[in-house]
Amino acid sequence: MRAALRKWPALLCLVPFAVFFFAFQIAPLLWVAINSLIVGDSWSLANFAKIFSSKFYLQSIKHSLQIAFWSSLFGIVIAILGSYSLRQVDSKLRDFVMAFSNMTSNFAGVPLAFAFIILLGFNGALTLMLKQAGLIEDFNLYSKTGLIVLYTYFQIPLGVLLLYPAFDALRQDWRESAQLLGANTWDFWRHIGLPVLTPALLGTFVILLANALGAYATVYYLTTGNFNVMPIRIAGLVAGDISLDPNLASALAMVLVGLMALITVVHQWLLRRSHRHAR
Amino acid sequence: MRADAKPAALYHRVVVWLLFLILLLPLAATLLYSLSTSWSATILPDGLTIKWYLALWSDSRFLAAFGQSLLVCFGALLLAVLLILPLLFVVHYHFPRLDGLMNILILLPFAVPPVVSSVGLLQVYGSGPLAMVGTPWILIGCYFTVALPFMYRAITNNLQAINLRDLMDAAHLLGASTWKAAFLVVLPNLRNGLMVSLFLSFSFLFGEFVFANLLVGTRYETLQVYLNNMRNSSGHFNSALVISYFFFVLVFTWAATRLNKDKP
Repeated sequence: MRAALRKWPALLCLVPFAVFFFAFQIAPLLWVAINSLIVGDSWSLANFAKIFSSKFYLQSIKHSLQIAFWSSLFGIVIAILGSYSLRQVDSKLRDFVMAFSNMTSNFAGVPLAFAFIILLGFNGALTLMLKQAGLIEDFNLYSKTGLIVLYTYFQIPLGVLLLYPAFDALRQDWRESAQLLGANTWDFWRHIGLPVLTPALLGTFVILLANALGAYATVYYLTTGNFNVMPIRIAGLVAGDISLDPNLASALAMVLVGLMALITVVHQWLLRRSHRHAR
Repeated sequence: MRADAKPAALYHRVVVWLLFLILLLPLAATLLYSLSTSWSATILPDGLTIKWYLALWSDSRFLAAFGQSLLVCFGALLLAVLLILPLLFVVHYHFPRLDGLMNILILLPFAVPPVVSSVGLLQVYGSGPLAMVGTPWILIGCYFTVALPFMYRAITNNLQAINLRDLMDAAHLLGASTWKAAFLVVLPNLRNGLMVSLFLSFSFLFGEFVFANLLVGTRYETLQVYLNNMRNSSGHFNSALVISYFFFVLVFTWAATRLNKDKP
């Protein structure tokens, strides 16, 4: 009894946190979830029906998924190569590049889009250099390919940050044992390296996908909100100049959240499968 | 074995330097652009100057946006500390089982993109008794949720390292009340972890754009919104802005790294 009484003031300490968390995280999400199902004054699935029958909204979903998939794939491949090599170089170089990579993970959004215009815009320094070298005909940063390059850039530091610790699982003596038993580099990665790293790779890939799916600032600044991806459409429906429709925006937002949830479920399923394989 | 190790070592060095170069390239280009007199349709600029920085740092709208960004970030971090520290203490000292629930709750700010939250926030706080849209208050509230997962995890790790229960028992034995023990014994021990998480949180809150642009916009212009609104002005001027912004982020991340290394 006395113990319970003593815990009351402690519970009271949780109230301010709960109030703020509810107000700024839960309440907006609840509003979105409920209002996505309301049209006019009644419950309805019409918002979702509208999205899935409109070429325009379907295109935004397709673009979002394509950009997220390719940028995550390129990002994770570069991050794998980078973080594996980071482990093999002397600690001075490693600490320096790791620290730099962590800093550039904050170089995202509007400033990043701006830097890429200087570098890879129509008159960008790198565009001109590659053109002069005859490596490319032309490069349009404001296209899907351009966005994939840009997104890949901001996926790299995050990928390195998440994958670098994962290589702890790969012990150096396994490599030597495999070599002693006659395995070459390819055999080692095929049968030992990749299976051991699979859970970490899957987890990182999922986080990169979510990161790219929700990204808004970069593409907004680059294309002044004209490239058709989901976050741009959602924001346009609540803060644009024309055709405000918060309920439709909510429905599209729920589709985005649903996609992320789906990715997470698939991830869990794959993870369980790979565990069973390992046993 | 030696002969085999040499080319491999070279390969890894090359990969690491390439990684560094890729990450450096956009920053280096922006830096060069901000220091050049004019640079268009050529690979290298015509001449070097610091006039863009002078113009930037004497622009009153920029200084206002900069100050407002600082205010919003510091406000949000203060709120986060006031809300998260008692929460962590109570969860770990009185209700350890709540930690599991908290670990699920703090996934929400990660899993729900700001653009989704904004849809709800605009409607819930757009009018009525809690009309906050267009004021810095709504940003402070949102930024608290952005910093939450990160600060919660960082300070939890620190709490586990200091053995909270033993520390509290020892303080109680010596006659301190729970309040006194929490403030005078536990808090000083958390200082390092708290500072690291504050510095890092600052460096990503300072670059937040989605909430700032959708919920507040020009009514309380932050640095990122200012940069977006200046899109039609000189590219050199904007480069100076980007570099100045990133310099601040750099200082804060560097401070965090230093503190992290000093850990006892």
